[in-house]
Amino acid sequence: MGEKMDAQLKVEDLHVGFKQKKSSVNILNGVSFQVYKGETLCIVGESGCGKSLTSLSIMGLLPKQGEVQGGKIEFEGENLVQKNMKQMSRLRGNDLSMIFQEPMTSLNPVHTVGKQVAEVVRTHRQVGKKEAYSRALEMFELVGIPSPAERLHNYPHELSGGMRQRVMIAMALACNPKLLIADEPTTALDVTIQAQILELLNDIKAERQMSIMMITHDLGVVSEVADRVLVMYAGEVIECANNRQLFNNPQHPYTQGLIASIPKLKEEKDELPIIEGSVPSPEKMPKGCRFSTRCPFAKQECLTDSPPLQEAEEHTVRCWMHTDRWEEMTPWKGVDEDGREATEQDLIRS
Amino acid sequence: MAQVEETHLPKEKIENPRVRMWKMMFGRLFQNKLAVFGGVVTFGLIFTAIFAAWLAPHDPTEQNYSAVLQGPSLEYWFGTDNLGRDLFSRVIYGAQVSLQAGLISVGIALAIGVPIGLISGYYRGFLDEYIIMRLTDAMLSIPALVLALALAAVLGAGLTNAMIAIGLVLTPNFIRLIRGEVLAHREKEYVEAGKASGISDFKLIIKHILPNTMAPIMVQATLAIAAAIIVEASLSYLGLGTQPPDPSWGSMLANGQGYLDSAPWIALFPGFFIFLTVISINLFGDGIRDMLDPKMK
Repeated sequence: MGEKMDAQLKVEDLHVGFKQKKSSVNILNGVSFQVYKGETLCIVGESGCGKSLTSLSIMGLLPKQGEVQGGKIEFEGENLVQKNMKQMSRLRGNDLSMIFQEPMTSLNPVHTVGKQVAEVVRTHRQVGKKEAYSRALEMFELVGIPSPAERLHNYPHELSGGMRQRVMIAMALACNPKLLIADEPTTALDVTIQAQILELLNDIKAERQMSIMMITHDLGVVSEVADRVLVMYAGEVIECANNRQLFNNPQHPYTQGLIASIPKLKEEKDELPIIEGSVPSPEKMPKGCRFSTRCPFAKQECLTDSPPLQEAEEHTVRCWMHTDRWEEMTPWKGVDEDGREATEQDLIRS
Repeated sequence: MAQVEETHLPKEKIENPRVRMWKMMFGRLFQNKLAVFGGVVTFGLIFTAIFAAWLAPHDPTEQNYSAVLQGPSLEYWFGTDNLGRDLFSRVIYGAQVSLQAGLISVGIALAIGVPIGLISGYYRGFLDEYIIMRLTDAMLSIPALVLALALAAVLGAGLTNAMIAIGLVLTPNFIRLIRGEVLAHREKEYVEAGKASGISDFKLIIKHILPNTMAPIMVQATLAIAAAIIVEASLSYLGLGTQPPDPSWGSMLANGQGYLDSAPWIALFPGFFIFLTVISINLFGDGIRDMLDPKMK
């Protein structure tokens, strides 16, 4: 992945939050990344770190209280944030597609699966019913649904989970999207089906020069499909590197912790290493580095100063450890400047 | 005979999905004995209502003073009332009134309630929360019959006005039901998936959400038809519905009340038919509910 490619999607300094009665809570705090043409970018992070919110912002499907507070989402040179509902509808399902986590409920139970795929085709292409159905049939063949012609006339409840996810993929790919966003596409499936679906996505990507942005919390999936990996923590990008580099040489303490917590076959351990604590809630975000409250290496300044995103050789990381300042920083004393023990209140951004 | 099949796969003829769906659904319906009974009686009543003119042996309003308050006989199957009118013919013509009242008033309620419920539930917001819902609450807080009575009194006595009144009274039930269903379905992933595929709000509401709310709407509608028949009978009983001399089960019941000890058949037959109609429609509605549920095997 050394050479620079064209970015299909460019997210710049994206801020997304939720409106509340008077104030608003900020969830995504300056997220920036790119998805290049024909690559798979995996976004990992624990629940509530803003992975799904990022994808929903791109699709323009934020819940009602959600709002983009700043930043740009550039898709093929156009800023999606400024587009209105109608313009977004035209893009969705056409150039920009999405697969959801739950294949069980993502299909409408009252229509046949063929009809649902055909409907998407007819929404974006000026074709008749027959053509739309033949396109659906074509897609069913592509995603490897056995006896596709018969399956077109099945209702969702007559298909298994894996088959339904294939239908969802067929639907997402029906209009040849340029970017496919897959929000945990395999979480609800069992492991053998998972592998099949991932392989299918990889094959289709290669065949069609499509970009995939996959959201997952399963590092096993990541190592299998990703070209590049983006690690998010509490609404910020904390590390981004290509697949091998990230797994072999994780830089951020959080990423290191994540990778250390994967069970390994060779070592026998009674307990897996864990990352203590949990993600701070948006109202109680630390002033400095958002991971500082859980970081085993944290120094005094980590609590108060936000680290910049350091870029080096295709490997970006947001941590003071990798800056020149690290050596000068005061070791963690568990107390603040006045000698008082730092209370939770001090750590929270006002 | 000697021909070899081109593929080793059995060449199963692919059925039209709609045909297959209907087959499946009617299979389910016919397994339910009570629903079949309800359906047969309901359609029998509809048939009776449509062909009342041919089926009734007498003119329902014709008075025969030589045969007043007669019990059931070969000439007058259900007997005659205090004015010598043939009760059998009147019950047959009364079916017309009752079914009309049931269907038309529920039709009015659906026509108003479905769109309001869909829009209210899908878009939410101030209009939904503070105007439509509070208005339905207010209407639902008044007993249906009292409200219908008040509306019918304002609109004036007569079958048409009674039907409008009943329709309006039934509307808030539908708004609530549909709104609730829409609220549940708008959060479902398939709606989000539809949005993610670029399908417009209007299409999502009409083609995806509405069909999913059909089962409860159908059940509510059949129950409401039964309720409407009772309310119409009650209004007629109280003199605000069908006006004499037109026959209506409700007004016949009211008329028969005065002769309960001397000529019980006057009240018995219309009362029995109100009961039969209402229970048949309810049973049939239940069967339809099971039939429409795509997840029932």
